[in-house]
Amino acid sequence: MIDVVIRVNGVPRRVPGDITLAAALWRLDQWTFRRDQHDAPRAPLCAMGICYECRVTVDGVTGVRACLVQVREGLTVEVPHD
Amino acid sequence: MTEARRLDLVVIGGGPAGLAAAEAASRHGKQVLLIDQAPRLGGQIWRHREGDALPRVARDALQVVRPPRVSLALGASVVDALSAERLVVDFGGRVAIVETNAVVLATGAMERFLPFPGWTLPGVVGVGGLQALIKSGTPIAGARVVIAGTGPLIWPVAEAVVRAGGDLELIAEQAGLGTLTGFGASLLARPGLLGRAIRYRRVTWRAPFRTGSWPLRAEGGGRLATVVMRVGARERRIPADWLATAAGLLPRTDLGRLLGCRMVGEALDVDASQATSVPGIWAAGECTGVSGDEGARIEGTIAGLAAVGIAERPGYLARGRGRTRAFGARLTRTFAPREELRTRVDPSTVICRCEDVRAGALDPAWDFRQAKLWTRLGMGACQGRVCGSACRFLYGWDGNTVRPPLEQPLVGGWAAALIEPYPDDGAPPSPPPPAP
Amino acid sequence: MNSPDVLVVGGGVVGLATARELRLAGITVAVVEAEFAGAGSTGAAMGHVVVMDDSPAQIAICRDARARWIAWFDGGGLPPAADHDPCGTLWLAANEAERQAAARKVGALQEAGIRAEWLDARALADAEPALRRGLVGAMRVPDDLVCYPPAIARALADELIAQGVRWIDRRVVGLEPGAARLNDGTRVAAGAIVLAGGAQTAALVPGLPLVPRRGHLVITDRTPVRVRHQLIELGYLDTAHSLGGASIAFNVQPRRTGQLLIGSSRELVGFDPAINRELVGRMLSRAVAFVPGIARVPASRTWIGFRPATPDALPLIGPWPALPGTWIATGHEGLGITMAPTTAALISAGITGKEPPIDPAPYLPDRVMSTHADAT
Repeated sequence: MIDVVIRVNGVPRRVPGDITLAAALWRLDQWTFRRDQHDAPRAPLCAMGICYECRVTVDGVTGVRACLVQVREGLTVEVPHD
Repeated sequence: MTEARRLDLVVIGGGPAGLAAAEAASRHGKQVLLIDQAPRLGGQIWRHREGDALPRVARDALQVVRPPRVSLALGASVVDALSAERLVVDFGGRVAIVETNAVVLATGAMERFLPFPGWTLPGVVGVGGLQALIKSGTPIAGARVVIAGTGPLIWPVAEAVVRAGGDLELIAEQAGLGTLTGFGASLLARPGLLGRAIRYRRVTWRAPFRTGSWPLRAEGGGRLATVVMRVGARERRIPADWLATAAGLLPRTDLGRLLGCRMVGEALDVDASQATSVPGIWAAGECTGVSGDEGARIEGTIAGLAAVGIAERPGYLARGRGRTRAFGARLTRTFAPREELRTRVDPSTVICRCEDVRAGALDPAWDFRQAKLWTRLGMGACQGRVCGSACRFLYGWDGNTVRPPLEQPLVGGWAAALIEPYPDDGAPPSPPPPAP
Repeated sequence: MNSPDVLVVGGGVVGLATARELRLAGITVAVVEAEFAGAGSTGAAMGHVVVMDDSPAQIAICRDARARWIAWFDGGGLPPAADHDPCGTLWLAANEAERQAAARKVGALQEAGIRAEWLDARALADAEPALRRGLVGAMRVPDDLVCYPPAIARALADELIAQGVRWIDRRVVGLEPGAARLNDGTRVAAGAIVLAGGAQTAALVPGLPLVPRRGHLVITDRTPVRVRHQLIELGYLDTAHSLGGASIAFNVQPRRTGQLLIGSSRELVGFDPAINRELVGRMLSRAVAFVPGIARVPASRTWIGFRPATPDALPLIGPWPALPGTWIATGHEGLGITMAPTTAALISAGITGKEPPIDPAPYLPDRVMSTHADAT
């Protein structure tokens, strides 16, 4: 499978093209997917679309579950800083 | 917009049950659409990346369930329904009404997540959750992993961790040794399953396995650093990068409940032909009771045939169904979460992850709806799917009602689909959209 | 157990505010609530405290009640969970006719001592950038506010129980002179009974012309799409007050959580709990037409509430002569939260014989008794 380039907080990053966005973020050592109301880091729990802990902003749309999205060339994702 | 044609069958879920249902109906020349949230078919148990090895049955099913024989909508979700025959489907941003004569729900299972201190730390994931992450490309080579779950699922996950190069520090089963021994004896009657178990243990033999063992708390700063485990009578601190933990599996029933299907316990209620209480809706596999992939395939076949009006079925299906459902009932009894898992919760433990509601804010004398209105518990993005089962276990609360929409569709698309069947502006109907 | 001076039927914000007011007047009170505080219409309410000006009587009660809410919040009497947001209301004018209607409303409110101002198209765009362009302008009512009613009901219940008010966890199934019959077969005697059970009150009072007017609300996920005021279209006034048929109007509220609460709809279909998808679709589409950014916000949940509606769109506050000793405090339709404090003060004044805060005459329930007599 060929690599694709996605933009994480504006920075181009190369990842394998056949993985989910959640896997891609972990590959890039991003452990914080969102922050809770007390600013504590959160990351996927269920990895299958149930828990909504992997919500990130994809191509400007908020609330997208990273575990259900396959990466694709040019995808942009916004995540909190670790 | 409404999809142009009316389908014979819509199957929701692309795991073993859904694939079997789609395969059975399509073999009789029926127009079938299969919808799954994931970007690829296979469900959880047959989740795979391109080129991954799959069991023979899975490869066979995937050969059949593909266009043009079966239409596929991947990365798509049923978010609402106008009726059993008119589903509102979010095709990854474009929302449309899908018209069908019959529906098979094959929505599978989800993990039962029970709260404990530290369970919100990044790195604490489900047991099936870790397997899904590995299969979808998350790297764990060299990472320290603790698996603490219950039931047969922990073994393929342990195997996946070892094969992916993870350092498996501990495999913990919450059920006690006595319970397990009884269950193991019953496996002797199921040589196939016993064979699987032996194969998994052969791969994972280096990792210690403890029964009667479960996580007490997880510690760390920005991510998991240490798991504190109950191991027998002792507490053990284990440095770890990943803790894969859950208290077994639960039928995933939210769509069935939205459609008005009757429940029996925590599962959708079905008859011998997998028909639910709602005419036009069948259900198969783990959403009707957790019993493994063999049962799911059998039930999917039964449901797929029944849903398209094929009355005669091979006798082995009914016999197999009886066997796998009995096995499933035994699984559910054997691996029921133990009472001690309740005592892990302290007042500062987060119960509702979406709305950050902690145990100290809740009163067991309430019911789920009161907790929702008084504390916002269950009102967040997951709509109580995670805390609902936790609160049932911890406080005995039922009654987390399902309200549309499911799966958080964008307002604009959902709204447009809801009013599309009622044109009021005299404009001609919109042309059929391109295939999803 | 001793009989209370007053038994309040209904643990929503109206009933609990009334119980609190009575207690402050030195009266012993008991509250009977079938579920839990805020479980009924309070739990489904939008929580918009707003001055409406359909009639002088409506302005009068809204003005007094809003002042009481502001004092309550400013005095620190309500918990943070009440999500108080003094965001004000913008009434949006989409055309010249609505602009003229807004001008009349500004005049009427100012005359009543309510702050209100006209924003032209440009000022509106500055005040609320998320709105679509092309609106004519808006009336701003800066002192209106938004709150989370279930948390207020809970706080009131906690306060009352802490002060020793008897809380009866039962449903009232019937009334008799000087007592209420409960679903466990017992009866509670009281010097007076206040019926504050919202639309369900009709079941206890034969002939009371009170109907449930059903409304749908949709709440979104937390979103960066920012709305700064409660936004309502002036067209609301044309559609929302007719008794027949279903209607919708653009009505969006920013929540302190960062979510958006989208309304509104009105239907007369009894207590039907089934969600009307077409109505929800039209309501949401209207929201998108006014605030285009809402189209890309994830929708979380839909729910239904039943507002207690009266024939003349004014609440029923006061004694019910057909049942001596019985008082009614309902019929607020969509303004139950707004009008609760003044409703409480009027009932308390009526029972204790003290000076009422405003003229109670327009709200006295006996005005609808002739309707009852004609009907039977």
